Amino acid sequence: MKLESMNKQVTEEIQKVVEKYAGRREKLLQILEEINDVYGYLNEYVMKEVAKSLCIATSEVYGVATFYSFLNTTPKGKYIIRLCQTISCDLAGKKQIANALRNELGIEFGQTTSDGKFSLEFTNCIGMCNQGPAMLINDEVYYNLDPEKAVEIVKKYQ
Amino acid sequence: MLGKKKQILFSPLEQGKALKKAVSFVPKEIIEQIKNSKLRGCGGAGFPTGLKWELAYNAPGKQKYIICNADEGEPGTFKDRLLITDHAKKILEGMCLSGYAVGATEGIIYLRAEYRYLRPNLIKAIDEMTADSLLGKNILGKNFSFNVNIHLGAGAYVCGEETALLESLEGKRGEARNKPPFPTEKGYLKCPTVVNNVETLCYVPYIVINGPDWFKEFGTIESKGSKLFSISGDVKKPGVYELEMGTSVKEVLDLVQAENTKAVQVGGASGVCIAEKDFDKPLAFESLPPGGSIIVFNKSRDMLHILKNFMEFFVEESCGQCTPCRDGTFRLLEGVKLMEQGRCSIHYLKVLRDLAQTMQIASKCGLGQLAPNSFLSIVDNFKGEILARDRAPESVHA
Ligand SMILES: Cc1cc2nc3c(=O)[nH]c(=O)nc-3n(C[C@H](O)[C@H](O)[C@H](O)COP(=O)(O)O)c2cc1C
Ligand code: SF4
Ligand code: FES
Repeated sequence: MKLESMNKQVTEEIQKVVEKYAGRREKLLQILEEINDVYGYLNEYVMKEVAKSLCIATSEVYGVATFYSFLNTTPKGKYIIRLCQTISCDLAGKKQIANALRNELGIEFGQTTSDGKFSLEFTNCIGMCNQGPAMLINDEVYYNLDPEKAVEIVKKYQ
Repeated sequence: MLGKKKQILFSPLEQGKALKKAVSFVPKEIIEQIKNSKLRGCGGAGFPTGLKWELAYNAPGKQKYIICNADEGEPGTFKDRLLITDHAKKILEGMCLSGYAVGATEGIIYLRAEYRYLRPNLIKAIDEMTADSLLGKNILGKNFSFNVNIHLGAGAYVCGEETALLESLEGKRGEARNKPPFPTEKGYLKCPTVVNNVETLCYVPYIVINGPDWFKEFGTIESKGSKLFSISGDVKKPGVYELEMGTSVKEVLDLVQAENTKAVQVGGASGVCIAEKDFDKPLAFESLPPGGSIIVFNKSRDMLHILKNFMEFFVEESCGQCTPCRDGTFRLLEGVKLMEQGRCSIHYLKVLRDLAQTMQIASKCGLGQLAPNSFLSIVDNFKGEILARDRAPESVHA
């Protein structure tokens, strides 16, 4: 869902989420996670609105939104591919997987495909070290990858 | 195979038996049992669990919290994932017992975002235990209630550090707090709070049922019972193993069928990297602190490449709050890159070693204090391999 030029709906959505958490300041991370789930990212307008409804400074919301790697502050692909770059997956051949994904999607790590479908990112250990290389696509985990298998999996999302 | 073998967590547990037994004791007696068992935390630091509970029990406060640390982010660690997947009710019963002992009615599981796909499994376990009167209001018909909620992390390794975790739970940036005050005194929302690792909590029902002496039959003088190890890297049989405390590295390598082993990383990126001369050392707090992770490297691996991977990890995951860690991790990585290019002088290596030692002392939290471990141990144990490499040709763009 696009965030721009639909401020009224966005405001209503934010209000709904904030109300669900009874406007509790300590629920900020949960609130941002839910809004991030709906729109894929958090823009300045969202941060201002969340700050207003919780009666805190926008900078505080911004500080939280930028701290966590699973919260986005720029638009991302519908599917975020997170390939583990940490040591056990590295030993198991993450580089080949990275190369295969790059070639297949025609983008570099840190980029999003022009159709807005995929973002390609590295992430740190995702707890699949005994079955590396491993990656997450949104909330799904894939492991024991080889280049062909990784590409096949990504294709399923196309 | 191993001579010594004790399986606790991987042995069956009758659900609810420990709770039924516990409610016939007063909370103080449960704390005594855990203290007597000498159970130590499995999240890395090895703090005595019974003592932690006692501190929270004694801390004044109407509302107290039990937090299960399921942020498992240490490279090479996946034992908690396995427990959440296959033994979720043991975790919940452990939390509930902790709540009964400490006088807390609220429990929170801090689940890392990378494990979001495990949340339905936890919710199902919570619902079933609530239906069985092992969670929720008036547990087992007694005047004791305990609720468990799940709080999802959002991708930050440092949030596994208990005070950063508390900040994150309060909806803030995951920046570690100064200690004291310790969480047992002022934790979540300034209330007395117990933060325990997933695995630690799973041992609790077994100890309550079988008694502290049973638990103490296994392990070493300082490290009782057993421990889960997540084993990965150059081995034929990677996976999660439950081993008695005090098992030697050599025994582990045989068990997982590692061949041509050059080095073993014990305790993840925050742990130490040991060479063959130390393979007969036992995995126990008094020798090689066991952590949760063992990563095996065979003779074909480049130790500098491994060290670089660890240092990149810390540069990315440092919360940036304090200078020794924020700048120190960056400088160490830079140094590793210099070594890679054959451009690090022996003198500069000494400067880096000094910096590493300063980080151990001056960093605010465990991340910065432990980040130099892999640097120092790899540099010291594999000097011949990483020092004075051939110079890489000067890059045109450099
Ligand atoms: C950088 C850092 C990361 C940590 N990550 C975890 C973690 O993912 N899980 C965990 O249980 N403990 C982690 N810890 C240890 C916790 O701070 C804390 O000691 C532990 O949760 C206490 O539980 P225990 O006594 O049962 O071990 C981490 C510590 C540091 C310094
Ligand atoms: S040691 Fe590192 S992670 Fe810990 S508070 Fe300092 S900068 Fe943050
Ligand atoms: S190192 Fe890749 S999942 Fe742990």
